[in-house]
Amino acid sequence: MNIYVLVKRTFDTEEKIVVSGGKIQEDGAEFIINPYDEYAIEEAIQVRDAHGGEVTVLTMGGEDAEKQLRTALAMGADKAVLINTEDDLDEMDQFTAAQILADYLKDKNPDLILAGNVAIDGGSGQVGPRVADLLDINYVTTITKLEINGTQVNIVRDVEGDSEVLETSLPLLVTAQQGLNEPRYPSLPGIMKAKKKPLDEVELDDLDIDEDDVEAKTETIEIYLPPKKEAGRVLQGDLSNQVQELVQLLRTEAKVV
Amino acid sequence: MTKKVIVLGEAREGALRNVSFETIAAAKKISGGGEVVAVLLGDSVQSLATEMIHYGADRAITVEHPHLKTYTSDGFSQAFMAVVESESPDAVVFGHTALGKDLSPKVASKLKSGLVSDVTDIEGEGADVVFIRPIFSGKAFEKVKIKDGIDFITIRPNNIEPLAHDASRTGDVSSLSVDITNLRTVIKEVVRKSTEGVDLSEAKVIVAGGRGVKSEDGFEPLKELANLLGGAVGASRGACDADYCDYSLQIGQTGKVVTPDLYIAAGISGAIQHLAGMSNSKIIVAINKDPEANIFKVADYGIVGDLFEVIPMLTEEFKKLKAN
Repeated sequence: MNIYVLVKRTFDTEEKIVVSGGKIQEDGAEFIINPYDEYAIEEAIQVRDAHGGEVTVLTMGGEDAEKQLRTALAMGADKAVLINTEDDLDEMDQFTAAQILADYLKDKNPDLILAGNVAIDGGSGQVGPRVADLLDINYVTTITKLEINGTQVNIVRDVEGDSEVLETSLPLLVTAQQGLNEPRYPSLPGIMKAKKKPLDEVELDDLDIDEDDVEAKTETIEIYLPPKKEAGRVLQGDLSNQVQELVQLLRTEAKVV
Repeated sequence: MTKKVIVLGEAREGALRNVSFETIAAAKKISGGGEVVAVLLGDSVQSLATEMIHYGADRAITVEHPHLKTYTSDGFSQAFMAVVESESPDAVVFGHTALGKDLSPKVASKLKSGLVSDVTDIEGEGADVVFIRPIFSGKAFEKVKIKDGIDFITIRPNNIEPLAHDASRTGDVSSLSVDITNLRTVIKEVVRKSTEGVDLSEAKVIVAGGRGVKSEDGFEPLKELANLLGGAVGASRGACDADYCDYSLQIGQTGKVVTPDLYIAAGISGAIQHLAGMSNSKIIVAINKDPEANIFKVADYGIVGDLFEVIPMLTEEFKKLKAN
């Protein structure tokens, strides 16, 4: 089976966000594989181990993303591809990203594409379904269970806490929800092997893409931090009095009940 | 410049979800005085159309088809694109719900348009409209403009006030007949979640538990309080990882981002990832045994104490309040 995983390099969830000069400060920040993409990588490896084939992890951005690709290879992916857009694109949005990824994938005949259901930085959750639409294949988002028999696929997906049980077929793009699996940590032999696995780099020139055709449709005009939440009042006194006071405050001061 | 804006109403179990009315309020701002058209897709949605007009839509279009009984991206995108082709809107608004999140990228792809997802506020109107949305799960915000093509957004439930319901408002309700074919997904079954009622992302009140609840049973007092307040139960990653509850309840940078009017955090220490998911709630109450817990730094009101003592007392106190 020909399996692709779309991955994104994101800030570590531990990071505080610092804005200066209207941009998010990246200096000194730790980066990780988007946590939802880790579920996608793990699932891809499990599908390959059960059905045979090859797992290719695909990302776009700058050379820094090679580190996350190596981590995915160390987990067990077979190949990695970086679409390096560093020199060609200043601004990109979900439209841009999907156009480029779909263009790369269009002649690769993937049977299964996996991605995270959302990236924890931008948080739009658009790129996976957009890529599927551009490739004219079906997609299922926020999956928590995946079973493949031949070309038939049985899926359970999370819909606001309900579980939807559905049937579809390959080729298919799915996006991973928490609970799909338990992503493995790269083992030491895995890390050693990963160094020798192929990591290809392509640029927009290598693809059939004119920069103007993928120009972003949206523009971020400002980034700012929310007003800092001031610590409020810790109530004092006898516990039952505190509870009574709290209910009064919620009713008369905060007016939320 | 005025704009024609289409909103997609969303029904669940035969009733319109509140976010549908919020999309109308958002559409009014974007329209700058132009027309707001409500669209309803389903197997039987005709009766819901006037409700959309009462909440401010100028007219409504329904597409009814047996294949639209349950949502699939193929069925709904075919129906919605047929409406877009007949109406040529300048802007489109969906709710940022499970359905909206799944459908909007496909529609945006077909329209070759941008899409601003998870909008929490709108500045300006008409041609000068700017959308505000959280990034890094609410650790920061961005203002986004659409440079090219139609204004397509999804709005986060509970953030944009619906307009007042006005039963005297009238408007045209028409139906569009659409051929729906080639559905590649077959929904076999929907297993309802164990916790009833209110969805986390739309809840006005959330009672959330962390490691401090200690077990699956430990969530019971939290559920009782949430039910009494018409709210939903949430959880921290710690509680989910410990198997006290399902991952669908998880609030945080991985998990759901919520903005209820009242967030009661019980036995939650307040890791940065959890704070990202809830710190934009209007009022936060923290209950924790540890007076040094990080959660107190973002709480409006705090009680230092054992949640198993405090939560039942709180439930009793609210019961008294309700009785009066």
